[in-house]
Amino acid sequence: MIKPLLARLQQKHRTIKYPKAEPVLPEKFCGRPVVDASKCTADCKLCINVCPVNAIQKKNSAITIDLGKCLFCSQCAQNCPSGAISFTREYRLAARKRDDLILSDKENKLVRVLDEKAKSLFGRSLKLRQVSAGGCNACEADTNVLGTVVFDLGRFGIQFVASPRHADGILVTGPVPENMRLALEKTYEAVPDPKIVIAVGACAISGGIYEGHTQVNNGADRIIPVDLYIPGCPPHPMTILDGLIRLLGKIE
Amino acid sequence: MQVSNAISLYNCQSADVKQIPVVVINKFRDSIIEAVESGNRIVSFFAAPAGAGVFVIYAVLADDNSGKLYALSSRVSDSYPSLTPDCTQAHLFEREIAEQWGIKPVNHPWLKPVRFHSSYMKNQDAWNRNTKEQILPSVMDFYKVEGEEIHEVAVGPVHAGIIEPGHFRFQCHGENVLNLEISLGYQHRGVEQALIGGPNKKTLYYMQTLAGDTTIGHTTAYSHLIESFSGSKVSLRAQSLRGIALELERLANHTGDLGALAGDIGYLPTSSFCGRIRGDFLNLTALMCGNRFGRGLVCPGGVGFDISDKNSETLAEKLMGYKKDVEVAVELLWNTPSVLARFEETGIVQPQTCKELGLVGVAARACGVEIDCRYNFPAGIYSFMQIPVSVWNTGDVFARAYVRWLEIQRSIAFILDQIKTSQPGQIKTDCKTAAAGKFCVSLVEGWRGEICHVAVTDSDGSFSSYKITDPSFHNWTGLAMALRDQQISDFPLCNKSFNLSYCGHDL
Repeated sequence: MIKPLLARLQQKHRTIKYPKAEPVLPEKFCGRPVVDASKCTADCKLCINVCPVNAIQKKNSAITIDLGKCLFCSQCAQNCPSGAISFTREYRLAARKRDDLILSDKENKLVRVLDEKAKSLFGRSLKLRQVSAGGCNACEADTNVLGTVVFDLGRFGIQFVASPRHADGILVTGPVPENMRLALEKTYEAVPDPKIVIAVGACAISGGIYEGHTQVNNGADRIIPVDLYIPGCPPHPMTILDGLIRLLGKIE
Repeated sequence: MQVSNAISLYNCQSADVKQIPVVVINKFRDSIIEAVESGNRIVSFFAAPAGAGVFVIYAVLADDNSGKLYALSSRVSDSYPSLTPDCTQAHLFEREIAEQWGIKPVNHPWLKPVRFHSSYMKNQDAWNRNTKEQILPSVMDFYKVEGEEIHEVAVGPVHAGIIEPGHFRFQCHGENVLNLEISLGYQHRGVEQALIGGPNKKTLYYMQTLAGDTTIGHTTAYSHLIESFSGSKVSLRAQSLRGIALELERLANHTGDLGALAGDIGYLPTSSFCGRIRGDFLNLTALMCGNRFGRGLVCPGGVGFDISDKNSETLAEKLMGYKKDVEVAVELLWNTPSVLARFEETGIVQPQTCKELGLVGVAARACGVEIDCRYNFPAGIYSFMQIPVSVWNTGDVFARAYVRWLEIQRSIAFILDQIKTSQPGQIKTDCKTAAAGKFCVSLVEGWRGEICHVAVTDSDGSFSSYKITDPSFHNWTGLAMALRDQQISDFPLCNKSFNLSYCGHDL
């Protein structure tokens, strides 16, 4: 009996101070990209050519980056001769609408909180069912990690449950392979109304690197309505956590 | 032992496709059956179209003792005599070939789809299915046991935790499992087909997400292939950083697995500690490249990021701290009788079964089978630095847990040693276009086990075939065997002790 207690002492208290303090992110972390159109030269297409997922578009020298497709590989920034694209350390990336993920050189839109009725229903207790639909186990792992003592998701009233019947919504990862379509539809149907859907990762938002494969459905919102998009490949756990608790109105 | 009618290759050595012997199917069969009987393993076995209804089937065998690989091929059209009745290791490969190209292995005892997709060939289907009919996953004849008091349990595709999808069908007598059949394919994204014609700007990103928890393993296997095809020399610095990253990946996953095993038997201290320490190891990978899974770290020609002296000091310092944490957390398992009672003699795989099925990685080493690509087929940094092979011989959940613990200790020692000895140097060289008409096999010991990539290039140096074999492909059947004559309530524990990849299998 004494050994587990000693071990407990040795392991210390590990829950992060967030949201009271800013989270600690890796030095080389790639967060929200920013575009400085003034530095972009008219006929250069290097960033568009290197992007593995065609996330970058250029219309009359205005560059847009689709965060719903972006893998945050930073190839565009590394290959830009004039430094027009750079990646910041901004980890707050989630959005309520698919269009809000299309980034130009305008301001950073943060997640809007649920409407009053939904907030009163889910704000203090949100039970989620996770459906991995073609996810590579990276988005799954960094969702799972929110349950560890470090993030302690339970303190925000959010919990992952073992049945859709017990859930208020589902969290989808992966590009939704054709072989998972029916399972996703059935899981969605099994969640009692009203319900919410959260798409985590580039694959679940747009199909990611698998977009256009005949074997996949290019993301969750082709099958079921999505209420929250959390970009990344995979998103950092802080990006997921920020999206979830901002949706519930737990941080301003 | 040497394999007849085959060319001998080393890991990552490319050869002209023309050099690979093409033999008649009976000789091809006999050579493989004889080689496997004498101790070789099938590491890859796949087909490629060769025009006008003809296919080339390639087999790659590994001789673990000599560190040599053997490749041979044959030509077939729509059927050939199956190897499986005489060589169990071929069973899933033959099903895969049948599903992909519609080539029937005649007399295969268990010919069912693997991933539930339509044939790559429009008018050639191994099951003569109607092309207009939708193929639904797990819609097939499952093995059934009949009799009084026999019941069937079906689990999945969607599971009760945050896990990838798969379907498990148990035939039970009371609590006792008589047979488990595993049906996968839900994660099928069509990766191998998408790789044909590459490499291109998407290729590396497919490799990163083949099995996202094995990003370093798969990107390293791919990079070795490209470097072999283009004759590129990778600096020692880059090789060292790749080695550190591969061992960090092993540390994170092994630690997570030990925590999850503890969780599955309700031993919460280790479950809670290891869940957190796993994240600490992932953060060390993020220290190297900014991403917790090592995205963008390994690339053909070297690595995408160097590590500064300051950061490598931080890495060593933190690793020493986590070493202490993980020791304390894991030692609790071995000192708690209620833990050992659940781990020991649960989910036993016999060494004979392990060899017949050609299991790899932790699952094989837990049966006392001494195979480890870092030792048997060293490439990259492992050509210069060896890690002892960790084995245990009881074949049960305990053995699979204990091998992980041994490997955790050895990986930490390896990383600390690399940090101490690694010299600054160039981190990346540009790889030229791949040579035309080449064939190359690349083996890497990922944290689950042997990752095998085989590529064939066409006359332009583009991939005409790219075959990926994740360790999970070999090992899922091992899990099914481990469940024989076990209580069904031990399934989660047994499953976790293998912790196989669904997407790595489904591709």
